[in-house]
Amino acid sequence: MVYQKNKIGSLLSVFMLTTMTVASSQAVADNGTESVFAGGSFMVTQVNAANTFNVNLKKVKDPNAAPPDDGIHDPENPATHVLQPPKDAYIGLPTTEFGNHIDWVKAIDDGLLKPRWERTDPTAEPFVLDLDIVRPVKASVPDVVFPHRQHTEWLSCSNCHPAIFVPQKGANQISMSAILLGQKCGVCHGKVSFPITTKSCRKCHSKPKPAGWKPPLSEATLKNPWK
Amino acid sequence: MISNAGRRLTGRTALFGMVVWLFAVVAPTPAQAEYADIVINNYADAAGMRPVVFPHWFHRIRFRCKVCHADLGFKFKAGGNAITMAKIIDGEFCGACHNGEVSWSVENCDMCHSGIPGTPTHFHGSTVQRLIAPPFKGVDQSKQTQ
Repeated sequence: MVYQKNKIGSLLSVFMLTTMTVASSQAVADNGTESVFAGGSFMVTQVNAANTFNVNLKKVKDPNAAPPDDGIHDPENPATHVLQPPKDAYIGLPTTEFGNHIDWVKAIDDGLLKPRWERTDPTAEPFVLDLDIVRPVKASVPDVVFPHRQHTEWLSCSNCHPAIFVPQKGANQISMSAILLGQKCGVCHGKVSFPITTKSCRKCHSKPKPAGWKPPLSEATLKNPWK
Repeated sequence: MISNAGRRLTGRTALFGMVVWLFAVVAPTPAQAEYADIVINNYADAAGMRPVVFPHWFHRIRFRCKVCHADLGFKFKAGGNAITMAKIIDGEFCGACHNGEVSWSVENCDMCHSGIPGTPTHFHGSTVQRLIAPPFKGVDQSKQTQ
């Protein structure tokens, strides 16, 4: 009976720990205390502040905060309260798990948005190029498919060519580190268009490796094979 | 006896958990502005104005990227366009639309100049901003002692 009660207590505490970790890692880091599940019952341990959980993980609680609550707009500025909150504008638009939490490309494809292509002419249509570029990737992640269609819906050719991408096969060296630091695809992706998170990898890395593909062996292994 | 101790401990844990959980809910959080909001503070602070907050999300609902970034000549760089009020009044950059014809005019100072004073120019929510280690700046060869 007592054991049963204990179990329920533990479950309750585990639930609360989960909520608390998700809600804010900050609080745990601040008082340097963490609860640890040990030996069937629930224990509280004092942990050195340097060794707390998730010190570097900053989670955003409300991804589409209204301007007065977003930490960037000055709430003392009267006009801040006149600005449209993002959530009002996003009603009815398809959602994603990252960025603005809105799938902008799908919103255009579904006809839910029709942003102007010309500043003053609402009837102008974009020049859409339907051409997929496949970029083989050395590592084991799926190969990259770059679709011109979705990009030319938003941009003109001169936005990317030739300054960011040389329009020639094999002329562009692209790496994830360059992208994360804001070069190549990272000029937009990770700033305005969908960001680089573990949830968005497969939006680009979308073509499965050919059958029988094996990861290439490193030079060290080739020179000195394991016996 | 052991089970009694365990029960007391669980109760205390639950209480403690409740306190920490409450703190976590009430505690202030860092800036959580909309993804791709840009703060532009090239000249604003020095001129005694609040920095400008540019919401990409609001504008991309109404215009495709091409309109500003190809036709109006906005470079893909936060703070890299050296926008001044003089240029806006002459119809450049924001002034191409914010002229009382396509959109509201420049007398609504506080609609744009709405940022918290002292906020530096940055791209809110960018990958570079989210990286834990600062980006590598490169080595200044002229300062190397050899």
